[in-house]
Amino acid sequence: MAVVETRNLTKVFKEGELGAVNKVSLATHEGEFLVFLGPSGSGKTTLLRMIAGLETPTSGEILIGGQVVNHLTPRERRIAMVFQSYALYPHLSVYNNIAFPLKAQKVPREQHRTKVEWAAGLLGIGKLLGRKPRELSGGERQRVALARAIVREPAVFLLDEPLSNLDAKLRASAREELEQFHKSVGTTTIYVTHDQVEAMAMGDRIVVLHQGVVRQIGTPKDVYEDPADTFVATFLGSPPMNLVEFSDVIVGFRPESFLPADLLPGAKHVRFRYKVNYVEYLGAERVLYGAIEGRHFESKEIISRLSWTMPAGYDAGSVHDFSVAESDLRFFDRKTEKRADPRPYPWQ
Amino acid sequence: MSNRQLGAVMFAPAVLFIILLIGFPFVLAVLYAFSDARIGSTGFHLVGLENFRSILQSPSFRKALQNSIVFTVCAQAIVIVCSTILSMALEKPFRVRGLVRLLILLPWVAPVSLGTIGWKWILDSIYSVITWVLIWLHFYKPYSAPMWLGEPHLAMASVILVHCWRLIPFSTVIMLAGRSAIPKEIPEAASIDGAGFWRTLFHITIPMMTPIISVALLFGIVFTFTDMTVVYILTAGGPFDSTQTLPSLAFATGVQGSDLAAGAAISLFLVPVLVAVAYFMLRVAHRAEVV
Repeated sequence: MAVVETRNLTKVFKEGELGAVNKVSLATHEGEFLVFLGPSGSGKTTLLRMIAGLETPTSGEILIGGQVVNHLTPRERRIAMVFQSYALYPHLSVYNNIAFPLKAQKVPREQHRTKVEWAAGLLGIGKLLGRKPRELSGGERQRVALARAIVREPAVFLLDEPLSNLDAKLRASAREELEQFHKSVGTTTIYVTHDQVEAMAMGDRIVVLHQGVVRQIGTPKDVYEDPADTFVATFLGSPPMNLVEFSDVIVGFRPESFLPADLLPGAKHVRFRYKVNYVEYLGAERVLYGAIEGRHFESKEIISRLSWTMPAGYDAGSVHDFSVAESDLRFFDRKTEKRADPRPYPWQ
Repeated sequence: MSNRQLGAVMFAPAVLFIILLIGFPFVLAVLYAFSDARIGSTGFHLVGLENFRSILQSPSFRKALQNSIVFTVCAQAIVIVCSTILSMALEKPFRVRGLVRLLILLPWVAPVSLGTIGWKWILDSIYSVITWVLIWLHFYKPYSAPMWLGEPHLAMASVILVHCWRLIPFSTVIMLAGRSAIPKEIPEAASIDGAGFWRTLFHITIPMMTPIISVALLFGIVFTFTDMTVVYILTAGGPFDSTQTLPSLAFATGVQGSDLAAGAAISLFLVPVLVAVAYFMLRVAHRAEVV
């Protein structure tokens, strides 16, 4: 096991243009499952590829196990990587795919079978060893790619969107298996995804990236409940956090915190008149799209998320009293869009 | 005009082309090979396998067969190795890659006869620029320099190298197409798995390119086995039949020597060999087919 650290890591593909990764400094904990989360083009894959040694950083340092590895080739870094496409060798059988890293690293031949069978057994693909990759389903290919990654017991696992090629049902079960697998091997893992559900469900901590810059590093609870800026606030959560501007501040609250006023008795809360424009029925919940009626936020689009257990009657066109608990309000500076201290809200 | 008629009209040139320029001569060659047809004679009798029996006993046929095999095997070995290396060099972008690709493709684009005449001058016994450079560098004394096309082994080597010069671009283009079909994650995965350059090349890249290499090899073998332009222009089969191959022998016997029947039999001798090669190569390509 090892700790991966980056210091001011930067990658500029074309001189004069904005970097794909800009001064990223972060460090994993030992045995941690760290997720890089961001939209397309946020630099998460480039960052991972630099850690793997597949891209050369423009500046900055990469450390694995406390040692600077910038000058080391991928094979000298003792890492294993699972690619989005799995990158299985199509002409080799599953056995030979898994044994390839052992052969490449000149592990004595007599150990190959034991190690391959151990890795295959751990992932439940012991019966597939004689097949070629083209004869496997998406889920099986993913397991072969994982088996090939663990067979030489690397110091660090790098996973580049390994679930994105699976269908929704398989993805949920593969996610669970991957979590179990990480718990059983305990190797430091960096996982790249653009899927916030995967990130929230699997990550010990999440690194939110946007335009090559780290916007926030924290536990899933931290990044969801206490976003560091408006990007994190709106990128995480579906539907995203509601943001309303007021003088020099942006006030944010999650749709599930914006509830009918009579459901929030007692606690200190802020009240709004809310006109429902459109209702989305999603089975377990209803999502209301509407606007605030009132002096300061006239016609401001706001989303509310109601559990199916709440009473009906919030139909399109109806107007209700809605409110948000004070403790659920988040404040952001209007200029920097960064998190700001709570302040009185004199709009009432 | 109905669609059916239009289809037939559009299709007709291709059918006519195949019947007149390939089908008819092929049938004629088969007929001649089993007859006693000669230029200048109106007599035509079927003689069964007599022509094949007689060419198999002829020393010049055996020599030509042997030369054809040497010519094809050596040329293909050089072509495949060089085009693999070239395709690797030309795969990654660099500043003047487009220009280099164009220059490499030129020998294939230029008419084969013109190119070969150029080589004939380069390898000439008196005017050879290669000989001139070797003398200038003091590797040889004047008047003792090698006769590139006048000594049996050197003549064969020259024919092989000129043919390689012509075929390498074609093979390189096929290899480049094959290489670009390999996803870039595969060599990256190999490098992360700990494989160095040679292991990646021999265990990943080349096996994954087997189907495309088979295609390049198949075309190369057919082009080399049936080629007579390079041989005919450079050496006309000489010296002492040392570069005579089956196609040039067929031409020399059938057209220049007036023995149409024997010439046809020599040409037809190639057909089963090439069919077997094609079948074998296509099988390899099919078996190695990847996802």
